[in-house]
Amino acid sequence: MCGSDKKLGEIRALILVGGYGTRLRPLTLSRPKPLVEFANKPILMHQIEALVDAGVTQVILAVSYRAEDMEKELTEQVSKLGVSLTFSHETEPLGTAGPLALAKELLNSNPEPFFVLNSDVICDFPFKELAKYHRSHGKEGTIVVTKVEEPSKYGVVVYKEDGEIESFIEKPQEFISNKINAGMYILNPSVLSRIELRPMSIEKEVFPFMARDGQLHAMELQGFWMDVGQPKDFLTGMCLYLTSLRQKNSNKLYDGSGVVGNVLIDPTATIGKGCRIGPNVTIGPDVVVEDGACIKRSTILRGACVRQHAWLDGCIVGWRSVVGRWVRMENCTVLGEDVIVKDELYVNGGQVLPHKSIALSVPEPQIIM
Amino acid sequence: MLKAVILIGGPQKGTRFRPLSLDTPKPLFPIAGLPLIQHHICACAKLQECKEILIIGAYTTNLMSQFISDMQKEYHVIIRYLQEFAPLGTGGGLYHFRDQIRAGNPTAFFLLNGDVCSDFPLRELWSFHEERPSALVTIMGTEATRQQSVHYGCMVREPSTKAVNHYVEKPNSYVSTLINCGVYVCSLQVFHTMAEAFQKKQDVFYSGNGQNGHPGYMSWEQDVLAPLAGTNKLYAMQVTNWWSQVKTAGSAIYANRHYLELNKENDKESSGQPSCHIIPDVFLHPSASVDSTAVIGPNVSIGAGVTIKAGVRIKESIILNNATINDHALVMYSVVGQDASVGEWARVEGTPSDPDPNKPFAKMDNTPLFNTDGRLNPSITILGECQCPNLFIIIIIIIILISFIYKGVNNFFFTILFYRYT
Repeated sequence: MCGSDKKLGEIRALILVGGYGTRLRPLTLSRPKPLVEFANKPILMHQIEALVDAGVTQVILAVSYRAEDMEKELTEQVSKLGVSLTFSHETEPLGTAGPLALAKELLNSNPEPFFVLNSDVICDFPFKELAKYHRSHGKEGTIVVTKVEEPSKYGVVVYKEDGEIESFIEKPQEFISNKINAGMYILNPSVLSRIELRPMSIEKEVFPFMARDGQLHAMELQGFWMDVGQPKDFLTGMCLYLTSLRQKNSNKLYDGSGVVGNVLIDPTATIGKGCRIGPNVTIGPDVVVEDGACIKRSTILRGACVRQHAWLDGCIVGWRSVVGRWVRMENCTVLGEDVIVKDELYVNGGQVLPHKSIALSVPEPQIIM
Repeated sequence: MLKAVILIGGPQKGTRFRPLSLDTPKPLFPIAGLPLIQHHICACAKLQECKEILIIGAYTTNLMSQFISDMQKEYHVIIRYLQEFAPLGTGGGLYHFRDQIRAGNPTAFFLLNGDVCSDFPLRELWSFHEERPSALVTIMGTEATRQQSVHYGCMVREPSTKAVNHYVEKPNSYVSTLINCGVYVCSLQVFHTMAEAFQKKQDVFYSGNGQNGHPGYMSWEQDVLAPLAGTNKLYAMQVTNWWSQVKTAGSAIYANRHYLELNKENDKESSGQPSCHIIPDVFLHPSASVDSTAVIGPNVSIGAGVTIKAGVRIKESIILNNATINDHALVMYSVVGQDASVGEWARVEGTPSDPDPNKPFAKMDNTPLFNTDGRLNPSITILGECQCPNLFIIIIIIIILISFIYKGVNNFFFTILFYRYT
């Protein structure tokens, strides 16, 4: 057992961070997407921690823009975990496969397989099982698949009982399979010979050929999975994540008075009297929730303030924003950083850009510049 | 001696005030804590010379008797309700009860429409009338915008004498920006003029084999005032005092604000320490129970037996008797009906519908609930007698009587969930 663990320890991982995270605006106008806190932890840290847990010692981040702040902050956080972080900068966006070619030297430096993952994915990361399964079948690659309710929106994966993938079918009209690519892979360095240094899609230009050659297997994901790249899915993902914490009997969940269901509250946050928080709420560090506020299915980011008697459902409240007294916000409202919503307003599906002060209600979903 | 007559119409009038008028006769709808026509009575009772107030309408006596006896006790003046046997129009009822008005031989009588709100400068109006011996009727007039004037009685005056030489009720095209406020002083001789008008109506009625409505029906404005114009018997005194009609629920909120402001100036007696955070002006009935953490005002009237729980915010609203507003709820630009209940963290929000503040002399647009396409006009929200459960939002909507709102209601939906009288 010890031996196999040691072997795992030599695994590297490449995370496809990509561009500016436009789908998660207005949050990503203030902070690169990998650093936006999902359940009080940067999205990327969920993945890196899981990778470290699986014995990964080197993480390569493929980014298509330079953000020195992000690099500094991430390097700092990651160093505590005893893992080295390398940034691989694309001069032009290279899609989902191109970044592997760019990092070819690093990935080719030893013959061990490496993990590749999309940065927006949140789930119970199965990296140990993935590595184990990959070694057991001995083929070039393994991709993680997850079950979805409406497969016709995605590309589905068709595979045999032993896991060998037969084909990929884009947006099937008739039911063929309900398994889709979950955006997590383990690949042997030999796969790099199939990839060129140009904008290239791993899903369309690499995997189908590996499948044709019988070199690609699928491993089914147990538990929840969500691509949290946009606000609506971010909130859905949060609900699933909190539910999963509950199932694992995590002591991270808050169980004080005034709380309903699964709620995550940072110890530095203050919660007033007579509040009703939850279900499915995440409250970040230094947040102040004043007396008599009601918050459901929402994320409140660091330093924000929800004032008395406010009512929030399905909202993301950005860093240091202030939600006024008796305000009602709902329907996937996202406040950017340092937004002020004046007392007694109604915000329905508003996406409010950073540093904005709103003095009028927003009755219909819209972007507030 | 003087008398006063208040015309309140009947239940078939005031339909634009529905659904509020379904529960309480519109003349008794509380504005700034007092029934609408109590403000009239209060103004009349202030005049020492005014010995009797006659209220004429088509509401049944049992709807009015409690109010009349309350008023008697409060104002120490004779107050009587005279019920029309049939809706006789603004002039018909007045003429029908002429003997009651003439009894005791008063010098003159004030005539007030029940659906107007003002501080009623009756003393000034009376002096103006007295100074003009030929005057049969003096009309209180006010300035309106050109566009809005056509919705009212329009008057043209002789500049020096202030005699009205032209009067048209709701003209089709612009006539004058001086409009009739529905407040008058009348000399008793006006009944002679009315007798002539009555005779004309009778002639028309009998020559048409009874096909032309009720024989006693007469419009004060069209059948009496309009013919009097140009005879030097009709005068108008222009005032700049605040004045508004109360036709729709939206105008009730507007009237509420002004009456609260007037009452504050008139009686400085404070009703003790307020029990919660009050942003003036607010009328709080002594029997209402209000949590100390609630924030109320400006422009709020809260009726008898109302319960306001912790953390509630109310502004620009009228809360009728025995309603309950539960914790953390927000109510603005709304009327909450009798016995209604608003749930925790609910938001009840109407559209402000004040006259355009950027236009001098603008009046309330008393638009009906629905426009010609059948769409609901944005207005204040009215919650009839209903239950609005926790967390829900209601915007621009009219909920009629004993409804249970089980779903959030957003913009421009109109819901009648259950209607008691059908």
